[in-house]
Amino acid sequence: MRITVEVNGRTRESDVEPRMLLCDYLRHELGLTGTHVGCEHGVCGACTVLVDGEAVRSCLTLAVQMSGRSVRTVEDLAPEGEELTEIQLAFRKHHALQCGFCTPGILMSLTAEQNRPAPSREDALDSVRGHICRCTGYRGIKRVVEEVFAESDAENPR
Amino acid sequence: MTGKATGTPVERVEDERLLRGLGAYVDDLVTPETLHAYFVRSVHANARITAIDVEQAKRLNGVRAVWTGHDLGDLNGPLPLLAPHPDLIAPRTQLPLAVDRVRYVGEAIVMIVADNRYRAEDAAELVEIDYEPLPAVVEFSDSGRGRVHDDVADNVAAVVHQSRGDVEAALAAAPHQLTLDLEIERSGGMPMEGRGVHATWDRRTGRLHVSDSTQSHVAIRQGLSRILGLPLDRLEVVAPDVGGGFGTKIMLFYPEEVLVPLAAMRLEAAVAWTEDRYEHFISANQERGQVHQATVGYDADGKLLAVRTAFVHDTGAYIPYGIAVPAVTGTHLPGQYHVPDYEFTGRVIYTSKPPVSPYRGAGRPQGVFVIERLIGAVAKSLGLEPSEVRRRNFVPEDAFPYDTGLDLHDGSRAIYDSGRYAKGFQLAMGHADLPAFRARQKERRNEGRFTGIGSATYVEGTGVGPYEGCTAALNPNGRIVVEVSVPSQGQGHATTFAQVAADVLGCDPADVVVRSTSGGAGAVGHGTFGSRAAVMAGNAVAAAATTLRRQILDTAAEFFECAVEDLTIDHGLVRVAGTGAGLSLAELATGANPIRYPAGPAAPGPRAGSDAPPIALSATEYFRQRQWVFGSGAHVAEVEVDPATGKTTLLNYVVVHDCGRVLNPLVVDGQILGGLVQGIGGALLELFTFDDTGQPTTTSYLDFRLPTVDDLPPLVLDELQTPSPWNPLGIKGTGEAGIIPVAAAIAEAIEDALEPFGVSVHRMPMTSPRVRHLIATSTPLPKES
Repeated sequence: MRITVEVNGRTRESDVEPRMLLCDYLRHELGLTGTHVGCEHGVCGACTVLVDGEAVRSCLTLAVQMSGRSVRTVEDLAPEGEELTEIQLAFRKHHALQCGFCTPGILMSLTAEQNRPAPSREDALDSVRGHICRCTGYRGIKRVVEEVFAESDAENPR
Repeated sequence: MTGKATGTPVERVEDERLLRGLGAYVDDLVTPETLHAYFVRSVHANARITAIDVEQAKRLNGVRAVWTGHDLGDLNGPLPLLAPHPDLIAPRTQLPLAVDRVRYVGEAIVMIVADNRYRAEDAAELVEIDYEPLPAVVEFSDSGRGRVHDDVADNVAAVVHQSRGDVEAALAAAPHQLTLDLEIERSGGMPMEGRGVHATWDRRTGRLHVSDSTQSHVAIRQGLSRILGLPLDRLEVVAPDVGGGFGTKIMLFYPEEVLVPLAAMRLEAAVAWTEDRYEHFISANQERGQVHQATVGYDADGKLLAVRTAFVHDTGAYIPYGIAVPAVTGTHLPGQYHVPDYEFTGRVIYTSKPPVSPYRGAGRPQGVFVIERLIGAVAKSLGLEPSEVRRRNFVPEDAFPYDTGLDLHDGSRAIYDSGRYAKGFQLAMGHADLPAFRARQKERRNEGRFTGIGSATYVEGTGVGPYEGCTAALNPNGRIVVEVSVPSQGQGHATTFAQVAADVLGCDPADVVVRSTSGGAGAVGHGTFGSRAAVMAGNAVAAAATTLRRQILDTAAEFFECAVEDLTIDHGLVRVAGTGAGLSLAELATGANPIRYPAGPAAPGPRAGSDAPPIALSATEYFRQRQWVFGSGAHVAEVEVDPATGKTTLLNYVVVHDCGRVLNPLVVDGQILGGLVQGIGGALLELFTFDDTGQPTTTSYLDFRLPTVDDLPPLVLDELQTPSPWNPLGIKGTGEAGIIPVAAAIAEAIEDALEPFGVSVHRMPMTSPRVRHLIATSTPLPKES
């Protein structure tokens, strides 16, 4: 099937089998290997990308579903030559990654939260609940959330 | 060492690339030209194969090869036995492709190579295999029901046994004794990146290049060379970015690690295999499964006089790793406690399950569970706090080096090099504040809430020998390149080894490049396992950097016409003391080689214009140490158990650990924390299950529950730094430490919380349904009036 997708701001036209997963399309057709596949059944969250701004499991999504939509992957957070984003810098500071395999997915979920009109720490933490990290024990990731996302109390709206 | 980088929380140099999505894991190396391998695996846990029909699969468009074991010829012999040992009675390893018998669900039978993975899986659907099922050996009690290997009576692969003192006599003489039956069930490392192999064959040069998601590319390279009959100079093996290992990737060899390179050679193409999570669940190695019957003799003061354990260890269908895991259980079981008379006997049993090889902790969590459950029972029988019984039995500070009288499975003697066990435990109990907890516990019980506290300690033999090598070189641009053989699966070697080298050489860690991914022609070693990388390779880096430093100073002394003693290196500048004269490392390195390159710096080099030969600024050194060094630690868990749901919640957790001198606190804390949360998973959530026929029934993340962010408890993380006297850096390994005592501490805490129900916790993991079952089947204590 012929699809037209915007990926990281660039329009891509491709012929894909209807059964091709979005993660395989991104990784093997477009060479965007920053999106990782950890379980292929939608639990671990490593393959999370943004589709029209929303965090989506690319292992449970077909590439053909993306026609006419906009996909954003980890490679687009801080394109070459640009400084790391606030979330990425906080990950490094708090040692929130070790092997780095699950990291892109968590970055995308937190980026989706940050881009909301009123990002909250609770929502950000809730989005991390949808990810498995086997290395870090989560403390660094929690610290990232605490640093980047303000508590959503009345005195401190964001 | 002179420098200041070690001991400071230097942010990791690895991170920027990984955060930008520029990591290069095995499956990221796939190009549109790469062929994809897929394996048809056994659907039975124990069966004879009576027929395999691959003809239809072969005819499918896009399929390049379909092979059974018969197509592999001589190559389809048993895979290597990693560590032969006299205790191994009947060692058996698997064939790359099973031919007429399968011994676990997931065992590879047919290899398919196709243009893409989708096509390969289509072809797999067309393969027909006829089986004649046999009785599976699933539980230990099934041992008489069938045979995993027809020629192995009672399915006994090995018996490990050691003793010190006279346990029989000591138990007979002990004023008290008690016996517990304990069970620890199967779990596994479950790295987020599954296994994967990518191989390319260059017909022009006759060279094979393999990228493998492994913890030991050097050993894979050596082994592949032998198995494939390919000289080492025509074979490269790289461990690129590896998405977690935890022991699962220290296996040598998984069948796929032989077959994918073979396919690349035979098909003269690039071939990749990336397993999916289901394949990982059914065919990656697992660990932990043991049952113990353990007896302790003790006196009225709670002094441990003798311990004896007879255990059965489930090694799965094959025993590629030899007796490592059960032997470690036996040698590490007494841990921090001085038990005068001790004996272990472990029967290692073949079962119809995936093979066992070490998973983080490697047999130690089982040993700690046993000794700490015994201590808990001793305390209960004497009406003492378990923590008090622990206090009365520590190996004292003046006893080091402490010879355990036990031999490790590599033939070295288990001698604790240094430690401050009582002090570490005191520190942990201080953080936990037991009296305050007991007061809180009472209040909560009055409110109908059940909270409990438990502690556990451990030692961890680390720095498995015998050696690691390092080559350190100064490049003409002033960069130090450090090459080691221990790849990283997230441990941050590129950062910590740079810190070590920078301190020796007097430069910034940012000027040191660490190469740990390709087993090059320089220094060689073994790999990343057994909490050994920092100890073995770290000290090799220091040794190589020290020699390189001497070469640098000799070169500078010649140039400045001064004595070596008059020179210093600081911030990458070599200076003559008391003068303004100095050279950068770049100038020095450029000058050491008198050939001038057109774009080279114009600074005067030491040998510019001279006829003297160039000076090599490169050093290879090895750190050799057969003796393991012992890290240690104490954990305290505070839990609340809901008797209605059986759910255990961690209210507080204290970790005090001691890995000797710390190279990078950020990295060490990360290792401890990661291990801790993995241990919490192992204690409360994670469990591989099998039905009566050996069919695995936990085959996705929906039924194998890994910890999530909510499972990280409120935490105090503290440490002692008792240097090891047995290596120049004074370090002990710590990669596995965090996981070791967690199940034991949590078990004691659950038992304490559920004391009114008369519950004894003798099994791990304690999932919610099990806690409920335990409450339902226990006899409540009479209510205090």
